[in-house]
Amino acid sequence: MQLSRRAFGATAIAGAVSLAAGRSRAAADKVKIGVLTDMSGSLSAVLGTGSVDGTRMAVEDFGGSAAGMPVEVVFADHQNKADVGSAIARRWLDQDGVDVITDLGNSAVAIASQSIVKEKNKIIIISGASSSDLTGKFCNPNSFHWGYDTYMFSAGLASELTLQGGNTWFFLTADYAFGHALETDATRKVEELGGKVLGRARYPINTLDMASLLLQAQTSGAKVIGLVASGDDLERFIKQGNEFGIWRKQKAAAFGLQLYNVMSIGVESMQGIVHNSIFYWDRDDKSRDFGRRFWKRNSKPPSEAHAIAYSAATQYLKAVRAAGTKDTATLLKVMHELPVDDLVTPGGKVRVDGRLIRPTWLLEVKPKDQIKEGWDAFSVVREIPGEKAFRPLSESACPLVKL
Amino acid sequence: MTVPVLSGSVVADLVLPDDETVVRRRYRATFLVLALVLAIAPFVAYPVFLMQVLCFALFGLSFNMLLGYGGLLSFGHAAFFGLASYVGAYAAKYGGLAPELAIVLGALSSAILGSIFGAIAIRRQGIYFAMITLALAQLLYFVSVQTPELTGGENGIQGVPRGKLFGLLDLADDRMLYAVVAGIFLAGLLFVYRIVRSPFGQICKAIRDNEPRAISLGYRTRHYKVLLFTLSAALAGLAGATKAIVFQLASLTDVHWSTSGEVVLITLVGGLGTMLGPIVGALVIVSMQNYLANFGAWTTVVQGAIFIVCVSLLRGGIVGLVQKWTGRAL
Repeated sequence: MQLSRRAFGATAIAGAVSLAAGRSRAAADKVKIGVLTDMSGSLSAVLGTGSVDGTRMAVEDFGGSAAGMPVEVVFADHQNKADVGSAIARRWLDQDGVDVITDLGNSAVAIASQSIVKEKNKIIIISGASSSDLTGKFCNPNSFHWGYDTYMFSAGLASELTLQGGNTWFFLTADYAFGHALETDATRKVEELGGKVLGRARYPINTLDMASLLLQAQTSGAKVIGLVASGDDLERFIKQGNEFGIWRKQKAAAFGLQLYNVMSIGVESMQGIVHNSIFYWDRDDKSRDFGRRFWKRNSKPPSEAHAIAYSAATQYLKAVRAAGTKDTATLLKVMHELPVDDLVTPGGKVRVDGRLIRPTWLLEVKPKDQIKEGWDAFSVVREIPGEKAFRPLSESACPLVKL
Repeated sequence: MTVPVLSGSVVADLVLPDDETVVRRRYRATFLVLALVLAIAPFVAYPVFLMQVLCFALFGLSFNMLLGYGGLLSFGHAAFFGLASYVGAYAAKYGGLAPELAIVLGALSSAILGSIFGAIAIRRQGIYFAMITLALAQLLYFVSVQTPELTGGENGIQGVPRGKLFGLLDLADDRMLYAVVAGIFLAGLLFVYRIVRSPFGQICKAIRDNEPRAISLGYRTRHYKVLLFTLSAALAGLAGATKAIVFQLASLTDVHWSTSGEVVLITLVGGLGTMLGPIVGALVIVSMQNYLANFGAWTTVVQGAIFIVCVSLLRGGIVGLVQKWTGRAL
């Protein structure tokens, strides 16, 4: 008994030591992109494996290497848990030799990863999360925000619709911090342009019956009903509003609407609904080139975030190629200086707070008879220049701006 | 998610040898081995991962103390984990408190909340008890969602400084922090061991197995249950506040009901009513979360499958099975 226990202990220690010795150290001459995303939760369709494949496509467009170093893509599911996400981010940077983290999705995971990346002096390019605080009070020199944000969703759409004559608004707002922030931004834009907000109603997320909310909005007589909602809630608002025939008389401003929502609701009930978007695959030749290639590989066109993940990885690899090194300080400088121009992002520029300034498009859902391929659901109303689409530096809470 | 209703019969009880000193010596040996393993572990595995395991193991211990030794199934343990996580994070970040004080404050606040929740919930039994704890925990969740000025809303409280322990030891170093967390964990483990084997613990077990009989013997069972609930909440709080310092964040995940489910999972997979069960359970579950993360959607599927296998084949959990093989209480 005694002997066997001792033998067991010795074996365990020996095993442990050999494991420790065998642990692979990160190879220094390799570029590693870590896609930290939601693969099992509510964002898994718009992010998830599509973001990983978007990143892989970027690597393939570079022939699999940059500045003579082979490029590898790793990915993980943060399960929408900030502690799981930050443990993975730390392990990637400490042990696995990951050079840049992209996607993120969940804002708590994104903010946690931002500070870890700064601490370890690596780079993070957020292409999936949407909090405008990421380049506001949480900004840092190692962090970039490549994708959509709440300011862009709200301000661009609110001012556009108000200018088009939608001067009275009613907001149906998700009752949590982002909902409130979005509503505040949108309200300010509407009022700046001489519009009026007639009322607002708040609802807890995952509400199933929108009837009383929609009827309040209907009886207010507002020309525009602002739907500050996302995912399933947004889909329910649009479907149920359609049952009441609301969208025939009042215009729906769907903040945070994405192509996949439209496809899941069905285009027939959505004709004429507008939103401000960062990417639409069927917009020009370049976006179609990317969109169709992605479609062939994934049996559906890319979501907004899938395309942005491609753009983020492309810019990083361009910077590595231009700098010829993985040295973080050099790369950060190049990332800021190099203009952004790829299949997904025409004419972009990185701002001092890490926000990518790029054009966005006001999109409208087409009438059903004009849709030819199923997924070509939008027509472009007009382009919104980057300076107007994103929060101006003068309103920024980012400490880097004041330096 | 269905809530498994557990009766005393599922709990992995062993026929222990009569000689108390033998049992005590064996536990001492087990704890020494465990301490040794903890000392070697950071040289083998990634310290941050280990700290995550230890925090969830401590959380599992608190839950196991309540369910395994008190027969009380709380489905709202995330409330205590999460509250302490928020209190600890807030105190360290905005109050400028030293990490040890922030952790103690977090655990204290959870103990207070636990005594309130416990006093309300123990008025009912079985599934109703579980549902009341779940409802109370959901209240705390919605309060957390609605007070972004305190909790940071969806963003959580981020960038919590790890600080210096007793103003001396810099916890920014992962190894140093690991030593502290391992110390907290071992203290928690010994605390649970002490409670469970004390006369108080014996009475709790008696109440678990046959409450009317305990009442007939003259025990005020409600007092015992509330006290056990409070102690468990304090320990869950200790785990939550430690986690906040380790990951430098507190988020809505901590108070979400899925965290309550996770601790049930950890305890059942590891072995309900065993001293080492929650530790093994936490190791299994946290490893899956971290190292299966690159299987994408399969993470949760695998987790579910393991849970089903454990509750249908290994009713005593992994440690329960080992106990059966070795014939000694672990």
